[in-house]
Amino acid sequence: MAGSTLEIKNLHVSIEGNEILKGVDLTIKGGEFHAIMGPNGTGKSTLASAIMGHPKFEITEGSVLLDGEDVLEMDVDERARAGLFLAMQYPSEISGVTTSDFLRSSINARREEGDEIPLMKFIKEMDEALDYLEIDKNMAQRYLNEGFSGGEKKRNEILQLMLLKPEIAILDEIDSGLDIDALKVVSKGINKLRDENFGCLIITHYQRLLNYITPDAVHVMMQGRVVKSGGPELAQRLEAEGYDWIKEELGIEDETVGQEA
Amino acid sequence: MTVETKLPYDKDYINQFSGDHQEPEWMKELRLQALEQVDKLELPKPDKTKIGKWNFSRFKHTAQGEKISSLTELPPEINDFLDKDNLPENIIIQRNHSVAYAAISQELKDKGVIFTDIFTAIKEHSDLVQRYYMKDAVSIDEHRLTALHAALMNGGVFVYVPKNVEIEDPLQVIFWQEDPEVALFNHVLVVADENSSVTYVENYISHNNEEETVANVVTEVIAQNNARISFGAVDNFASGTTAYNNRRGVAYRDATIDWALGQMNDGNTVSENVTHLIGDNSISNAKTVSVGRGNQSQNFTANIVHFGKNSEGYILQHGVMKDKATSIFNGVGKIEHGASKSNAEQESRVLMLSEKARGDANPILLIDEDDVTAGHAASVGRVDPLQLYYLMSRGITQKEAERLVIHGFLAPVVNQLPIESVKEQLTQVIERKVY
Ligand SMILES: Nc1ncnc2c1ncn2[C@@H]1O[C@H](COP(=O)(O)OP(=O)(O)OP(=O)(O)O)[C@@H](O)[C@H]1O
Ligand SMILES: [Mg+2]
Repeated sequence: MAGSTLEIKNLHVSIEGNEILKGVDLTIKGGEFHAIMGPNGTGKSTLASAIMGHPKFEITEGSVLLDGEDVLEMDVDERARAGLFLAMQYPSEISGVTTSDFLRSSINARREEGDEIPLMKFIKEMDEALDYLEIDKNMAQRYLNEGFSGGEKKRNEILQLMLLKPEIAILDEIDSGLDIDALKVVSKGINKLRDENFGCLIITHYQRLLNYITPDAVHVMMQGRVVKSGGPELAQRLEAEGYDWIKEELGIEDETVGQEA
Repeated sequence: MTVETKLPYDKDYINQFSGDHQEPEWMKELRLQALEQVDKLELPKPDKTKIGKWNFSRFKHTAQGEKISSLTELPPEINDFLDKDNLPENIIIQRNHSVAYAAISQELKDKGVIFTDIFTAIKEHSDLVQRYYMKDAVSIDEHRLTALHAALMNGGVFVYVPKNVEIEDPLQVIFWQEDPEVALFNHVLVVADENSSVTYVENYISHNNEEETVANVVTEVIAQNNARISFGAVDNFASGTTAYNNRRGVAYRDATIDWALGQMNDGNTVSENVTHLIGDNSISNAKTVSVGRGNQSQNFTANIVHFGKNSEGYILQHGVMKDKATSIFNGVGKIEHGASKSNAEQESRVLMLSEKARGDANPILLIDEDDVTAGHAASVGRVDPLQLYYLMSRGITQKEAERLVIHGFLAPVVNQLPIESVKEQLTQVIERKVY
C-alpha cells in the first residue's frame, strides 16, 4: 500500500484539567483526503494540536499511530520528521527570523548533517513554490509571519506544506480569511500534492473549499467526538441545512465541548 | 581608597610614563591632575549593581605586542575579525599597547583624514587632540574610574574627519589584549568635523579566563554640525577582565550619531553609552545587544540627553541571560528644558534562558519640557513555548528552534553593524556565548 497511515484511536484530550476530546477515532491513509466540519468550539483544532504535540494539551487516553509508530511518544520535531504536518489556524509570528531562513532550516531538519540542501537548489524550489502560490517574492525575506495579513499567513502555511512534502497533512481552517482568488490559489497548491502517497485532513467550516478540493470522506465533530461521517454529499447538506438536523438526529442540545449528550 | 586597593602608580611613575611617550606638557599635566583626584573620588554607582568588590586594582599597566607583518598572516586569535575577501584598507590593530599593524588609504590621507594611534596623535596633532580630549564628552572628575583612566591612559586611537569629507569605507580597529594580565586604559576619540561622515567599527578581545585584569575604556565621539557618525563595536573581553566601558557621544546641530554595540564581555562589566544631543535637529540611534552567562554581573546604560530643539533619540537594548548571569539594563531618555519638539523613544527587551539568571530592564524618562513626545517599552520574558512549538512542528529540533528565536531576538542590532565580517563575528560570539 502506498503512502502512510495515521490512526487515531479513542483519543481523549484535556487542557488545564478540562476534557475536550472524548474519544475520537479516525484513520487517514495515503491518497485519502478527509474533511472535518463542525460548529465552533467542538474540538477540531484540539484534535489537530494534540496530534502535532501542542505543549498545552494533555492526552489522557487513546493512541495516535503513524504507520504503527506511537506518535504520542515522539517530540514535536520528531513527529514532523516522521511525516506529519499541521497548517495551523493561528501560526506564530517569529521576529528576526526570515521566512526564507526558516524554510531552509525546516528542509534541512529532514536531511542528514552534511547533506544540507544546496543554497541555489533551495532558492529555486522556494521561488517556484512562491510563484505557484502567487506570493510576492519579498515575503521570503520578511520575518516569519510578522505583520502578515490573515491571508498571507495562510498562504505561508501552504508554502511550507509544498516545500516540506509531508506524508500526512492536517490543515486547520486554511480557508478562513481568504478572498476567493486566494482560496483558488491555496486549493491549487494542495491539489498539486494530491497523489497516492499523500494523505490530508482538512478542517473547515465551508463547503466552498471542498468545491475545489473534493474530499473522500467528511466527518462532523460535536462535543469532542466525531458524531457523523459520510461522503462529499454530507458537506453539501451541512452547507445547505446547517447542523440542526444532526443534533436532532442524535439528540444533542448544545454541541460545544463540555455539554453532555 | 582602601589600603588593599592602593595602586602602585604614583607621580613619579606617571612622569616617567608620560616622558617615555614624549607627551606634550598638557598631557602630562592632565595625567598628574587626574592622579591627584583618584583618591578623592568614589567609584561610579551604577543603578542596582554593586561594584565595590570588583577588581579595579589588580593589573599590569604596560605590555608590548609584536608587529603583524601582513593582514594575510594574522594570528589565529584575531583571524576572524577581518573580511578576507575584502581586506580593509583602513585598519589599526593594537596588540597590548603596541600598534601591531596600521594602514590608511592614500585617498583618506590626501583628504586630511587622521586615523592613528592615540600616542602618535597626541604628539603629531597635539592641539587638535587637546581641544577634545576629556572636555566636551567625558570629564576627568566624574568618578574614580574616569580619573584613573585619565591618569593611566595607555592606548587607543584618534580619528579626525575634516569638514565636508565623507568616508565611504569603514575604519576598523582591533584592540587585542593579548597579555592575560595587562590592562587596557584605552582612549578612543572620534571627531567628525562639519558636514563630514564616517563609519567606525572596533573590536575588543582577550582570552584571559584565569588571570585577572582591568579594561577601563573611555570613548568620545564628537559630531560637529551636520556630521554623521556610525559607530559599531563588539566587546569581547574574557571572564578575567573587569570592564568599565564608557562610550559617549556629543552631537551638534543637524548631526547624527548611530551606535550598534555588541556587548559580549564574559567578565563583570559596566557599560555606559550616553549621547548628548546638543544641537537642534540632532539625532541618535543607540542599539545594543548583550549576552550574559556564567556568574557574570553586568550593568548596561543607554542614555540619550536632549538639549537641542527637535532632537530625536531612539534606544533599543536587547539582552539574553543564561546560567546565573545578572544584568541590569538602564534605558534613559532625558529631555532638558528648552528642547521642544524633541522625541525620546526607548525599548528594552530581556530574554531569560535560565531560571537562575537575573535580568532587569529599567526604562527611565526624565522630561523637563512640555512640547515633546516620548515613549518606552520594556519587557523581561522567556522564550515563547508556542514559537518553539511552531518551529518544531516543521521538524526543527528544540535546540535549533531556540537558536533561531534567540538570533531573531538579537537581529535588530546585529543587522545594524556596518561591516559584514564584524556582523558575522558578532553572530559567532553570540553563538558561542548562548550554547
Ligand atoms: N488553550 C485553551 N485553554 C482553555 N480552553 C481551551 C484552549 N484551547 C481550546 N480550549 C477549549 O476547547 C474547546 C474546543 O476548542 P477548539 O479550538 O478545539 O474548537 P474548534 O472546534 O477548533 O473551534 P473553531 O471552529 O472555533 O476553530 C473550546 O471550548 C475551547 O474554548
Ligand atoms: Mg479551530
